[in-house]
Amino acid sequence: MEGLSRHYGAVVALDHLDLTLRPGELVALLGPSGCGKTTTLRLLAGLEDTDTGSITVAGRDITRLPASKRDMGMVFQAYSLFPHMTVRQNAGFGLRLRRVGAAERDKRALEMLDLVGLSTQADRYPHQLSGGQQQRVALARALAIEPQVLLLDEPLSALDAKVRAQLRDQIRRIQLEVGITTLFVTHDQEEALAIADRVGVMREGRIEQLAPPTEVYSRPATSFVAEFVGLTNRLDGEVSGGQVTVRGCTLPLMEDNVPDGRVVALVRPEAVTMASHTSAEASPLVGTVIAITFLGATSRVTVNLGDTTVMAQLATSDATALSAGSRVALTIRPDPVLVSASSAPGASEAGEEA
Amino acid sequence: MAAITSVGETPMAAPAKRPVGMQGRRRRRLNLFRYVVFTVFGLFFLLPLLALARWSLEGAKLGSWSLTAWRQIASYSNEGIPPLISTVEITLELAVITSVVMLVLVVPTMIWIRLRVRWLARTMEFLCLLPLTIPAIVLVVGLGPIYNKIAHLSLSTLMLFWVYVILALPYAYRALAAGLNAIDATTLSEAARSLGASWFSVIVRVIMPNMWDAMLNALLLTSALVLGEFTIAFFLLYFNLQVELYSISRNTPNAGVIFSTSTASLLFAFVLLLILSFARRRRRGIPG
Repeated sequence: MEGLSRHYGAVVALDHLDLTLRPGELVALLGPSGCGKTTTLRLLAGLEDTDTGSITVAGRDITRLPASKRDMGMVFQAYSLFPHMTVRQNAGFGLRLRRVGAAERDKRALEMLDLVGLSTQADRYPHQLSGGQQQRVALARALAIEPQVLLLDEPLSALDAKVRAQLRDQIRRIQLEVGITTLFVTHDQEEALAIADRVGVMREGRIEQLAPPTEVYSRPATSFVAEFVGLTNRLDGEVSGGQVTVRGCTLPLMEDNVPDGRVVALVRPEAVTMASHTSAEASPLVGTVIAITFLGATSRVTVNLGDTTVMAQLATSDATALSAGSRVALTIRPDPVLVSASSAPGASEAGEEA
Repeated sequence: MAAITSVGETPMAAPAKRPVGMQGRRRRRLNLFRYVVFTVFGLFFLLPLLALARWSLEGAKLGSWSLTAWRQIASYSNEGIPPLISTVEITLELAVITSVVMLVLVVPTMIWIRLRVRWLARTMEFLCLLPLTIPAIVLVVGLGPIYNKIAHLSLSTLMLFWVYVILALPYAYRALAAGLNAIDATTLSEAARSLGASWFSVIVRVIMPNMWDAMLNALLLTSALVLGEFTIAFFLLYFNLQVELYSISRNTPNAGVIFSTSTASLLFAFVLLLILSFARRRRRGIPG
């Protein structure tokens, strides 16, 4: 996709977006509501027209091609199985349109249903299936036509947490097994980071960063990405000589050529750890625990430092020694941090969640 | 503690029973009310029908019974009016043509508007419901000159179907709109399009099969309207079943054939209703 734009009246849904999918990879588009991720998918599927820009698949320009001729398999957020057809007929619908013979169509439909673990339900109707099963059939139906690109438009958002996690892993397994190029749209960062080869974080119709999940998380390209993906502490700091000093801790900068001066440093909770001693009562990173959230192997501890609060992600074994009201000394691990311009009101508030 | 519990439990038990008894009495009263209402309204509808059936079976002598009037449906003819059976045929043909034209015109248009030109939906609804607000006599006044202009073409009574399509529009539209609203037509069409379906396939293979119930309802309402229509045919000087029955009654006021034909026409509508609801039940009961 090159220079793709789409406007709805005065609203810019996509703003000269460039995106290239490598063969066989799964790219997740992640972003807040209205950032243009679903519009991107719909333009690629041909369900909407582009204002400017072009879409090329395997060297062929498909920008003006209708949806029915694009050879894209799509799974929708809403349940989209045809209610009057059985699971088998749904899975074979695309093949029927391609005039594949009944026997071959049946065979391939059953193969795809087998792939998603639903071949035993082939003669059931959609209303007899659970939400997760319906989405699996929709996936089988999309894969049955052997599309060039598989498009997944928040297919898990209508499902409960447990089914969502199972189906997410199943989608990834099938995608790797089939080796199909896939574009996955979601607003759930956990989903995107868990299954994508690359994650594109979108904002206001543009991709802010397109990189592997670990890079998006540990080396966010912009402060928006840093704050959108995962939790971030916004702490006041002072840049000097290519380093930033945050509450007494000197940290390397992620970016080069940051001018000296006051900034807001974006520090991940897991970079905040317990200090080995609690003697420095006057240290700017000593405070009172106000909340502890148990997350399993780790716990998130929120500490009031007086002028701000900071979140630390600690091993649960360390966190169990603490309780609300405990005095605790923290330190910041010297990981490279991203900084953004200072002096915005409330800029130093911690723990802004995506 | 035990004393407190027992004291607390005893009074709790009594009021707990009381609402159950009250609910039971209320339910019985409600059921009685339902039966009474059902019986009163049942009789209100049934008595005229029974009277109609009785008069269609009453012989020349009071208190005697005969099937003559029923036999006459096939053979009755009188001076100045077409044979009864021919108007029965024409009315049935009109019902079929009107229903088919209605479905062919309205169903794809409604689906197309829903999927492609949604901004036209309100206009379409307004236009389709408009005939409800226009009395049949006003329609006749407007349509009269048009039918007069084409009278020299010696058009058959079947040409009434154009007017009947207009008359049936509001009822058919409402039934079809309910069916279309019951499905997520946009998502279904997008899913079908992404699988390679043309717009024709989307409408015929995906949307319409999910609207069968609504289409059957529209069919029933349209047929019932055509079978009972009198005003327009009468004023445009065409003979359909109702005009024929009226003409017979004017010439021979006590002719039993009027009652037998009316009863037959009603029975036909009931049978149609039964067939359609049976078809619906079968569709819903598809095993899976």
